Amino acid sequence: MTEQGKERGTSLLDKSAAELADLLAAGETTSVAITQACLDRIAAVDTDIHAFLHVDAEGALAQAAASDARRSAGEPASPLDGVPIAVKDVLATEGLPTTCGSKILEGWIPPYDATVVERLKDAGLPILGKTNMDEFAMGSSTEHSAYGPTHNPWDLDRIPGGSGGGSAAAVAAFEAPLAIGTDTGGSIRQPGAVTGTVGLKPTYGGISRYGLVAMANSLDQVGPVTRTVLDSALLHDVIGGHDPRDSTSIDHPWASFAEAARTGAAGDLSGVRVGVITELGGEGYQAGVQQRFDESVALLVKAGAEVVEVSCPNFVHALAAYYLIMPSEASSNLARFDAMRYGLRVLPDGDPSAEDVMRASRDAGFGDEVKRRIILGTYALSSGYYDAYYGQAQKIRTLISRDFEAAFEKADVLVSPTAPTTAFKLGEKLDDPVSMYLNDIATIPANLAGVPGLSLPAGLAPEDGLPVGFQILAPALADDRLYRVGAALEALLEAEWGGPLLDQAPSLSDVEPVETPGGAA
Amino acid sequence: MTETLMPYDDAIAAFDPAMGLEVHVELSTNTKMFCGCSVEFGAEPNTQTCPTCLGLPGSLPVINGKAVESAIRIGLALNCEIAEWCRMARKNYFYPDMPKNFQTSQYDEPIAFDGYLDVEVDGETYRVEIERAHMEEDTGKSLHVGGATGRIQGADYSLVDYNRAGIPLIEIVTRPILGAGEKAPAVARAYVATLRDLLLGLDVSDVRMEQGSMRCDVNLSLAPKGSDELGTRTETKNVNSLRSVERAARFEVSRQAALLQAGESILQETRHFHEDTGSTTSGREKSDADDYRYFPEPDLVPVAPSREWVAELKAALPVPLREQRAQLQADWGFTDLEMRDVVAAEAVGLIAETVAAGAPPQAARKWWVAELTRRANEDGVELTELPITPAQVAAIQALVDAGTLNDKLARQVFDGVLAGEGEPDAVVAARGLAVVSDDGALGEAIDRAIEANPDVAEKIRDGKHAAAGALIGAVMKDMKGQADAGRVRELILEKLA
Repeated sequence: MTEQGKERGTSLLDKSAAELADLLAAGETTSVAITQACLDRIAAVDTDIHAFLHVDAEGALAQAAASDARRSAGEPASPLDGVPIAVKDVLATEGLPTTCGSKILEGWIPPYDATVVERLKDAGLPILGKTNMDEFAMGSSTEHSAYGPTHNPWDLDRIPGGSGGGSAAAVAAFEAPLAIGTDTGGSIRQPGAVTGTVGLKPTYGGISRYGLVAMANSLDQVGPVTRTVLDSALLHDVIGGHDPRDSTSIDHPWASFAEAARTGAAGDLSGVRVGVITELGGEGYQAGVQQRFDESVALLVKAGAEVVEVSCPNFVHALAAYYLIMPSEASSNLARFDAMRYGLRVLPDGDPSAEDVMRASRDAGFGDEVKRRIILGTYALSSGYYDAYYGQAQKIRTLISRDFEAAFEKADVLVSPTAPTTAFKLGEKLDDPVSMYLNDIATIPANLAGVPGLSLPAGLAPEDGLPVGFQILAPALADDRLYRVGAALEALLEAEWGGPLLDQAPSLSDVEPVETPGGAA
Repeated sequence: MTETLMPYDDAIAAFDPAMGLEVHVELSTNTKMFCGCSVEFGAEPNTQTCPTCLGLPGSLPVINGKAVESAIRIGLALNCEIAEWCRMARKNYFYPDMPKNFQTSQYDEPIAFDGYLDVEVDGETYRVEIERAHMEEDTGKSLHVGGATGRIQGADYSLVDYNRAGIPLIEIVTRPILGAGEKAPAVARAYVATLRDLLLGLDVSDVRMEQGSMRCDVNLSLAPKGSDELGTRTETKNVNSLRSVERAARFEVSRQAALLQAGESILQETRHFHEDTGSTTSGREKSDADDYRYFPEPDLVPVAPSREWVAELKAALPVPLREQRAQLQADWGFTDLEMRDVVAAEAVGLIAETVAAGAPPQAARKWWVAELTRRANEDGVELTELPITPAQVAAIQALVDAGTLNDKLARQVFDGVLAGEGEPDAVVAARGLAVVSDDGALGEAIDRAIEANPDVAEKIRDGKHAAAGALIGAVMKDMKGQADAGRVRELILEKLA
């Protein structure tokens, strides 16, 4: 037995979801054992990390027991049956609090499950709890959570990215093998980059949004947050696919993503054309980030890929367009939080009218960043400004889609650093919204165009020893390419590192390890 | 507050009214516009709801294909163009009975546009141009408790029923109706009545104004006679019957004329119509600056009806109203004048149903256009609101045809049915109204009449049969009307042959 809970190969916690699935299939462990190990780990480290807003130990263990019963009966519900998962607190979970990181939804317990949550339950994945996030997914650091920030497991003084910092940190801190995130402008990929984990935003319409509390409906997507590319693919296979309850969901015969990842892991990328996006790199990107990115590109060449430079000239306008479209949609989406039927209700003194109650409750319930975006969006949609702002932004959106189309004629996938810097310090950018917004400069174009994107760890920046993310983008519906190329790069990088990048992360605590059955310590 | 009014005729002599009508029609689909909830009227409050129509966080809309089909059929029946591609839009404003604080509607891309509807007033045809017909969802319904008016002002608290939230609505908007002059209020009424018949024929809505499944807003402005410019308009809401449409328009003409005449200006505002007084009162002030921040609904994909589908729907439309009426007139054998009265009485549908229930067309016409229209006017209600069904009218006529009732007795049966005393048979039995067809009893009454009027009897014996009327009258009086006058005549002539 080791002093530290997560020495590679000794603990259930260290296993990837795919490895856990294999152990479960071989009857070498149980879902209850894995789930309990995660709950113990959460109890031990989450005081420091604060990845979770709500832990459902009882529910998770009951689902784990049910999974074990199915397994004994020889009827597992899916390849991931029994592997526990954490869910971002922006997805509706029947019977479990769903706050979106906001005071205005404190205490709200949805009467229904999001489609993704329903699919997780149907596939037998015990739900450990709900993870922290920037309020209504508005932020790049999780500092805008009304319930306090999440800390980066690599350095507790640093941000875990956002808005899905909770999901990324939970996975990076080995509190959960899998998590669900959502990505409107990079909220899965950027936290993945700064925590050394894997995150994928699917093709718009690839995974149901039903039950996802919307920030910006035309940009939001749900996606997997994991430690390996194969795990993302396995989870994507479980939660993806057409949902008649989401009108924007695509009815498409998706091939197995896990299959694509396994093919890629063999490391042969002969014939694959990789386009490096000129506009996303160089000036404004941290030196160590650029260095690790360039090294990864060199590895792709080694694996047989053909690398070309592509230019996407309109990407320079992406941030501006995003900060008009997103707040416009958000200002309308958030109008429903009016204290009439659920959530926080503030009653002003005297004889308040319904309107007074709405005003007081929204004033008390929303944080500054949310108010900032409501004001921006309300302004951009106002009569007389609509054409100049919202209308113009939609045109830029079209131009960005055209840039992608042109680039994908020259390359099968496009690549860039996921974020311009490694994790910054908590509080560092809190008073400078524009600097905060710039974190998403490389991730936003994919949301505007609806194309899929994957971030995977590319190593540690030499100057600060913090994780760097590598982003791969593919044309709409070609999510499988991300898994193929991503798994290939992951295999090559891990061969160089001698194991997963997260092996180099601090251990955080002396949590009691759970022995791998039959494993040697 | 008493408004200063100018007599209608004076107002019309000085000013030209311009009107715009906005009609909201609830579609009779099985489910709501964007979710699977039932739309049944009158269910327990808040029992027909789900996360989507309650606007719960995370819920998403899915458009009701049947509602789109109904919208297209309505558009086609109104001679509109049907959009090849259009989107839903969000209309943003805060109100407690609106679950999402935005209404999913259509803005600059309506499903149907540029149509018309011809309506008839006093034998003249007016063409009402349709600007657009668009799809949207209904809001919930607020019930204000406490306070005298039932309005939000002065209420102690309010309750909201979300059963209505999300029910599919079609809003049909006219272009300004100009040049109707003094007939403007009648044209407004005829338009709504014609629209109602058209929608009934399409079988897309119950169109019950009293239940709110058809609601009308009347926009009206006045301009000095001969002026080309439109005046400032008011929008009168809560106009819930055909009669009210006409009354609201007349009232606004008189009210606005008085203000303009006094040199005052018209406030652009929403006004409420009151059935009891026939007047309108000021509601919320409204300006063109009302900013709903419309933008395309990102949760729904565009509606793009194929041309083939639209053509199929067009081919399957019922015959146009005008042709339908011509056909009915021919089937029923009505003169032009009779048919015009029927249309004016808004009784075409009722007569059709009565005929379908077995009554001869002329009898059906007589009861609805003369008898029942009079009663409806007396009660200040719509013909359709009278508590009597076409089947009951046909049943009463059947009793007349069988000789059980004469017209005078039939009117008493109408009294009974309208008073809620039950079906015609039951009223006849309970009130003892059947005609006496027992020749013995009639014979005795005839004998008494002959005895009392020997001179009249003598004339008849001399072959002056026209004199029989006096005796018949006496017998009918004796029998308290419960006799078949024809049979009485026969018996008198037999006796005095």
